[in-house]
Order: sequence, then structure tokens, then C-alpha cells
Amino acid sequence: MKYETVIGLEVHVELATDSKIFCSCSAKFGGEQNDHVCPACCGMPGMLPIVNKKVVDLGMTAGLMLNCDINRTTTFDKKSYYYPDLPCSYQTTQWFAPVAVNGLVEIETSKGKKGVRIKQIHMEEDAGKLVHDDWTDSTLVDFNRTSVPLCEIVSQPDLSSAEEVVAYLERLRSLLRFAHVSDCRMEQGSMRCDVNLSVRPEGSNKLGVRTEMKNMNSLSAITRAIEYEVARHIDALENGTEELVQETRRWDDIKGKSFAMRNKETAGDYRYFPDPNVMPIVIDDEWFDKIKSSLPEFPEVKKSRYVEKLGLSEYDAEQLVQSRALCDCFEEACEVCGSPKDVVNWIISDCMKVLNRKQMTLDMLDISGKALGELIVLVNDGKVSRMNAKKILDAIFEGEENPATYAEKQGFIVSNDTGAIEAIIKSVVDSDPKSVQDYKSGKEKALMALFGKCMRELKGNCDPQILKKLLLECVEKA
Amino acid sequence: MYLKELECSSPCVALDDLILTTNTPTTAGSKMLENYESLFEAEVVTRLKQAGYSVKGKINVGEFGVDLLGETSYFGAVVDGDNLVGATSKVMSDVDAVIGLDVNGEQRRSASLFSFCNLKPTYGTVSRYGTIPVVCSAETVSITGKCPNCVEKAYRAVVGHDDKDGTSHRVESLDKLDQAKEIKKVGVLTAFLDKADESVKDKVQKAIDMLKNNGVEVVEIEDETLLLAKNAWNILMSAELCNNLSRYDGIKYGYRTPNYKTIDELYTNSRSESFGEFIKHVILFGSETLSTENYMKVYDKALRVRRVMVEKFAELFQSVDAVLLPATSKSEYKIDEVKANKFIAFEENLFTAPASITGLPTVTVKGVQVVAPAFSDYKLLDLARKVR
Repeated sequence: MKYETVIGLEVHVELATDSKIFCSCSAKFGGEQNDHVCPACCGMPGMLPIVNKKVVDLGMTAGLMLNCDINRTTTFDKKSYYYPDLPCSYQTTQWFAPVAVNGLVEIETSKGKKGVRIKQIHMEEDAGKLVHDDWTDSTLVDFNRTSVPLCEIVSQPDLSSAEEVVAYLERLRSLLRFAHVSDCRMEQGSMRCDVNLSVRPEGSNKLGVRTEMKNMNSLSAITRAIEYEVARHIDALENGTEELVQETRRWDDIKGKSFAMRNKETAGDYRYFPDPNVMPIVIDDEWFDKIKSSLPEFPEVKKSRYVEKLGLSEYDAEQLVQSRALCDCFEEACEVCGSPKDVVNWIISDCMKVLNRKQMTLDMLDISGKALGELIVLVNDGKVSRMNAKKILDAIFEGEENPATYAEKQGFIVSNDTGAIEAIIKSVVDSDPKSVQDYKSGKEKALMALFGKCMRELKGNCDPQILKKLLLECVEKA
Repeated sequence: MYLKELECSSPCVALDDLILTTNTPTTAGSKMLENYESLFEAEVVTRLKQAGYSVKGKINVGEFGVDLLGETSYFGAVVDGDNLVGATSKVMSDVDAVIGLDVNGEQRRSASLFSFCNLKPTYGTVSRYGTIPVVCSAETVSITGKCPNCVEKAYRAVVGHDDKDGTSHRVESLDKLDQAKEIKKVGVLTAFLDKADESVKDKVQKAIDMLKNNGVEVVEIEDETLLLAKNAWNILMSAELCNNLSRYDGIKYGYRTPNYKTIDELYTNSRSESFGEFIKHVILFGSETLSTENYMKVYDKALRVRRVMVEKFAELFQSVDAVLLPATSKSEYKIDEVKANKFIAFEENLFTAPASITGLPTVTVKGVQVVAPAFSDYKLLDLARKVR
């Protein structure tokens, strides 16, 4: 018999805010254990939740990027369950009126294009982390992550393969990063995905038993987990190897297996009810319009504009739209120097090399686009050599905003004084008669050695073509 | 009667033990928080100090403030002979005001029994920052004094917007406190009088006479709708209490059982060994009302009744400026009778629930409650001065 797989996803992304959702503690990743906590986020009585407005901004932005309707009155509710990483024993989330509903995301796979419906996007607080200490055989709680703002994106069960799931997640990641909603890093847990999966005979309209899988830390792990789980379901259906039950399972990527885990649902229900301490949030037209007008161009719109209007190649444009940071830098630099092709070359070759050297991701490119543009102008005008331009670029990465004054200070401005250049060439040629001899007897390499010495003496501040011409003249004369 | 007496210079207040202070434990009358010291103090305490008040001490409350008159406190009920009297009555002669958290009407009952003056302010006019959360949708800081002037002075010290409380009214809204209508006509809710004993009816009659003598028009209102507030209130109150008390799990602070091997035993035993019997009933009841099975049948219905109560008051305020009703069914409670009737607080909520569930300001004076439209707090105190 042939089977088909039905998959719906719950994707959590950490929202890119400085502070937590209901208090002013830092929401940044890392820090010493229990460094980012206050009486509010560790559940002490008497603190009241004050909603971080930026969280609502980002929740709305996420909703609009995924083509959702925005609930103009949105409320927070309490979800009760006992777990040591949840200090109040309730999580403040959105149940009755989530910020965004009824969205649609288009994905593309080897089978073509497909729409995935979004059921809802709701904002909520994250839980802390449990740390097991083997030495004392005790479990400790780290509340740093408690109350870090999240939004959960719930899809309809419209996906049917690991390939589609990966395409969907990549699309979400691209859109949310573009809108600065989240940095969406699976390895740091700022994007997490629970896979709800069931299998049924092809053509059947009755859904099979659904299991939920957690703990996949990369797209490849998600692929492996889905493939394993589908095989397990089919095996159970065909061979009766086990009875499928609705449950939550934990993926173990090292063992390559999923395991049933003690699940919170069995402990009772979540007893949702409206949080009386958070007044309903009314999104008026002014607020809505402000968010709507601040949305970025979608990546594919940008790409076609780069190709059609700015004359970039498909390949170069595709490279840029990998990251909003690259696009922002590119656009800013183009405005200053007016030569998109030069800018894209600088970004794709030189800037990426620096990022690699510093082990930074594309999204971490935060240099001044204006400075990059000015640097390109200096190079194109022949005012600094390419060699020195790379040194200036390094300075721009360190925060330098004015390449022209920096170049001057460092003595990187190309000299136009041919007399001075000739004097230096002459002294180099005079001090190395052997190389001159070698060149004259046919060794081309000897000229390069002289050229290098001259360039060093000139600190790179010379147009290589001019230097070569003057050097040849000098050597011929010698 | 003080759980802990502090140094004091006049004017001074006593705080009930649901108001967080930093120099002394805040117990909520529970073994769970027997040694709990807060890292921060309540906004009302800060404001009282800024206004020149000093804190004389913390006083006993019923466990998490939801019983009749403090009888469920882990530290013992406050009695006078056979009578349950509560801590406020014992300290009132020492202080200018007692500042408490009106969770379930305890302060109004106390004021009614002992002829103190109590103001339960309009919900949202006084910050709840630093009060132990129990029934967040309704509870307010409440002020009891020997006379309306003492109450007004303390209220003026604590009233005002607070950024740390998301339900605190904005400054512009608080202007309504000074624009409220004078109370010239009061409606007596006769349906509630019928549920009270003769001694209470006497008190009500005396209050009515005094109002009339001072030029206030008094009419009778025969409307039974507000009697429905009690059941809805008991549901909402229990549900919110259940949720708010779930944070006391023995993990972070508060009582932790020595008897556990698993995390579930740690939770269960810590809570079982430190919560009192009445609170456990309220928690279980509240938990049931919020279950998926009961939410629409019970909790949601209670929310709808709350809406009806708000609308009913609005309708009544079309024809009168305020309504008057008793605060209790009787003029004294024998400790034995209270001990024998586990749910007496749920029953006596009949009188306090209408104002609790709607968040309306209420003054209790000379044994009666007067409830007026939101922001009529000062006008209620003006009225209270006419009943003296």
C-alpha cells in the first residue's frame, strides 16, 4: 500500500528585543546562570507584568510578513502547568485572541510551488532551563531565558514531506530575518520547531494517529527525524510492530531515534484563562500603519529589482538577498558611489572574506554602507590602491566611518608626484644590480621582485600600471 | 496582635500581611510564606512613607486574605472571648489607618462590625505593585480608619498612577476623582436587607436616618439581580486564587517539604504540608472551574454574570447616586460557629461580592456599605462624614 504523510509545524522564534516580555531584564542569549533575572521573571509575588511594546511590534510584523490578518484587539492569557523551569507555574501566552491569524506562506520544492496556510501567530514568554549537576546528582534551574519573548507560528497540516518542511522553515527564516523579527538560529535555540506528524493510506481522508516531535536542532536533524518517524509509523501500520498513540516524542539525533517522553499533557489540562493583569492591547490605525509601512521589501522583490534596475547578475543578486544585512549595506553603499557592480563585488568577495576570517555570519555584517561606498569611490578615482583599500576595509569593520580621513592619516593616499616615484625606483634599481642583470638576461621574475620592493617603499600608494611603466623605463636605462 | 512591631512615630499605619515590606517577613497568613522576605516593598508603602507615615507593624490576615475575618491564618485567629474579631479591631486604637488588600471583603466586614470607616477604592486608582496577588481582576488596596478624615488622608497619600502596575489608571483618567458627582440620593437594596438579621437591619435603619437628617434623599430599590454576584464571584475568586497560588511550589522560596524523592512529591508534599484546609478547598474548586470541561459551563458564565452586574449597577446609577447595603448578615461571629461552617466566607460574600466583582468604590461606615460609580471615592467619603 502507498502512504502519505501529513505534517503541521509549531515554530517558536525568539523575538529580537533587548529586554524580556514583561520586565526590563536583558533578553540576550548567554550570560552567567541566573544573571538576567529580577523578582518578576523568577516568579516572586507582587511584581506585575508590563508588556514590552516592541514585542507587539514584532508580533505584528511577523503576522504581516506571513500574510496574516492582525487582531486589532489582542489579549494575553495564562496557561497553567507545573514544571521547575516555569517560575509562576503558569506561562503567559495568547489563547483567545492571538496577534495574527489566517496567513499564507509560499514555498518552492522540486515538485513546484505550494502554499502553506498559517493558523495563527501568538506571542508568549519562554521558560527557563534545567541543568543537571552530575556531581551532586541534583537538578538546578537557570531563569535567564525565562520571559524572553517568543512568537509561535502554527501552520495548518499542509506539509507532506521533509523537503517541504525544510523549504517552509527556510522561507520563514528568510522572511523573519528580513523583517528583523528574529535572528532565527536553530543552533542557539532562537528558532525551534515541533513537528506534528501522521501517516495515512494515500487518498484516505481520515487522519492517522498524530505524534509530536521535539528537540531537533538543525534542518538536517529535522529531515532525519521526519524520515525516521514516517518509517516508524508505516512499519506500525503495515507490520503491527507497535501500537501508535498520540504522544510527544523526543528526537535523539545521535542515536537517530525518537523516544516517547513524559508529556505535560498527561498531567492535566492547561486551564487557560485571560490574564487580568494585562489589559487587552488595542492596535489603533496609527500603530498598525506605522508597522505596515516599516515592512521590508520581500527578498524576491529585492532580487528582481537588483537584476532589472541595477543590472546585477542573477547569481550576485541571489547572494545579496541571503541576508538583510548584506542588502542594507549594498543599498547604502550604492547610494554613495553609484556603481552597484563594484559594490556587489566588494561585498561578495572582500567583505565575505573578512566575515569568514572573523567567523561571523552574513547577518552579523554591520559595517557602515556609506563608508564602504566612500571607499569604493576612493579606489575608483585612483586615490588609494586596492592593497591599501583592503586595510581601510578592515578599519571599517572595526567601526571607522570616514575612509578618506583615515586613508590620509595612515598615509594611504596615492602619490601623483612622478618625480618622487622615479626617485624611489631609482634607488631600488641602484641597490639591486643583480635583479636588473637577471631581468636583462631574460628572467621575467626578477622584474616582479623589483616591482614588489618599489611598492613596499611606496607603502602601496601608487597605481600599479604607472609603477610598472616607470620601473621598465628605469631598468632599460640602467 | 502585631506579627512584628516596628519603631514608630506619628502618623502611623499598620499593614496587613499581604502587603510586601523589605524589613520584615510578609507571610500572607500562610505557613507557605512563614519566613518569606520580599526583595522589594509595595508601592503603597513607599508612598505612605513619602507622605510622612511610618509603619507601626504588620498584622495578621486570613490565609491569602480570602476567609471571613482571619480565622484561617496559620498564626491563629484573632478572637475576643468567644467572638472572632480579626486583627484590625485590635490595633485600630494605635494607628491612624490600617492598610490592607481587600481580596474578599475582610476589611469591609471588620469595619462594619466595629463601626470603623473603610474605603475600598475604585479598582485601578491605587497601585497593586508589591501586594501578594490573589484575585488580580478585583482586589484593591483598602484603607480602614477611625473616621472618614483619617481614611481620606491615607488614600490621598497612596492614590495615583503607577507605571509598575499595568491595570493602574492613567493620570488623565484619575482626574475623574475630582469631577465625580456629589451623592445626594441613595438607594437601599432591600433584597440584601432581607438576608440579614435584626441587629443588622437596625444598623441600616440608623444609617438611613442619619443620611436623611443630613439632607440625603433615600429610596428603596427592590431588585434581586445583584444577589447573583455571590456565586459568580466565588467562581472567579477561586479560579484566580488557584492560578496565583500555583507559583508556591517549594522550588524557589517558601516552604519546602523534607519528604520527597521525585519532583512530583516535592510539589505535592510542599503544598499539602503548608497550605491550610480552607485554601486547599478553594484551590481545588478554582482548578475545576478552569478545566477544559468546565471553562465554558462555569468560568465563562461567571464572566458573563460579572458583565451583567456591571450593567445592573450602571442602570441603578441612572436613578440614584449610590446604593446602600449591609456588609454582613450579622453583627458578631462566634468563633465556634465559624469553625463549624467551613464555607461561611463563601456565604457572607453575598454582601461584599457586588462591589468586589465590579471594582466599584465602596465606603463602609456605621455598619453599612455604600457603593457608588467608579471614581466617586472622595464623594463617598463626603457621604461617610454625614453618617457620623
